[in-house]
Amino acid sequence: MATTSISVAETPLVLYALRRADDALILGHRLSEWTGHAPMLEEEMALANIGLDLIGQSRALYAFAAEQEQAGHDEDHYAYLRDAPQYRNLLMAELPNGDFAHTIARQFLYAAFADPYWREMTGCAEPTLAAIAAKAEKETAYHLRHAADWLVRLGDGTEESQRRAQDAVDALWPFTGEMFEADESERTLIADGRAVDPAAIRPAWEVTVARVLTEATLSRPDGTWMQTGGRSGRHTEHLGHLLAEFQHLQRTYPGATW
Amino acid sequence: MVAAATIGADALARAREAASAVVDPEIPVLTIADLGVLRGVALDAEGRIEVTITPTYSGCPAMNMIAMEIELALDRAGLPGARVRTVLSPAWTTDWMTEEGRRKLRDYGIAPPPPPGAGRGALFGAGGVSCPLCGSSDTEELSAFGSTSCKSLWRCRACREPFDHFKCH
Repeated sequence: MATTSISVAETPLVLYALRRADDALILGHRLSEWTGHAPMLEEEMALANIGLDLIGQSRALYAFAAEQEQAGHDEDHYAYLRDAPQYRNLLMAELPNGDFAHTIARQFLYAAFADPYWREMTGCAEPTLAAIAAKAEKETAYHLRHAADWLVRLGDGTEESQRRAQDAVDALWPFTGEMFEADESERTLIADGRAVDPAAIRPAWEVTVARVLTEATLSRPDGTWMQTGGRSGRHTEHLGHLLAEFQHLQRTYPGATW
Repeated sequence: MVAAATIGADALARAREAASAVVDPEIPVLTIADLGVLRGVALDAEGRIEVTITPTYSGCPAMNMIAMEIELALDRAGLPGARVRTVLSPAWTTDWMTEEGRRKLRDYGIAPPPPPGAGRGALFGAGGVSCPLCGSSDTEELSAFGSTSCKSLWRCRACREPFDHFKCH
């Protein structure tokens, strides 16, 4: 007997929390897929630890969404009982890991945004979000350093690693624009100081990206066309496959615990 | 309200003592009081004992275990039915780790986090980390991520021993 999906009343604050929680959960899950496959033991621990931090951030955000929604949902309901069109994450987060260069490039492009974003959010007018941000910004600063170090090693490495790193940055580039989007719903929160305008983070992101790509001897793609859709539930085909594996147990054995 | 009447200052003191003695399952020399994870022991609106804790790293898997250990410790102290509440604000920082906690960590072979006010660079071990075994400051980071969320892996160039460092947070 399969469990049906929940329906969520997406008030601006609930939707806001779900978007950030979904980013962290889906990206954290992707990183967890490296367990047993990373190129070396230290990297195995690093990717698993970064994934753990992200999944932890998602739990706090889901718990906050549940408090706001007041519909009897908890963090597990949001994670396990929503289908792909109900997920609100950035498309970049759900893309398959690809090779190690792809995983590192994605982590870098995301962390270069998330680090200053959460730092700004520590001053927001919503106390719980500010508290979640205070933890997340320290963790993300650490993730950013790790991903940037690796991108430099790969870019400024061998001919092969350089080619792969450049391919990864080029392929991910059209997915970066979505990080800076804010719709009508989010604008209401930005207006009263409960959320930060992601577009305001772009200058800091551009500086970090330019600095690290230069050091990595990689070129910044000049494409301006950006893919979009994740924030409103229009996903790539990859998310459904990810969720099939991720949700299988709870969908098949509703409420199973151990 | 029966509970409220029977829980006196003495019971609250015993609850505080029992909760303070609960150790971190991953670093069993540290109590949750040493770590700064234990934020308070008080009576809630219904007169039940309420223990407040705050998570270290967002994804620290020890938190569920710690909550359960607190309930068990209070139960053993003759104070059943206590509630454990997790608070996020203010956010935990290694600045809250006690002096005693730092000494215990060092004795256990883990380099403690830098003292409060070490600055943002300390997040990345910028101020240097002393070897907990021989005390030398001639050390190097081997891996930014270690066996748990809160640790990184280092090596001492003087005594050649590898060691864990409890990261600044």
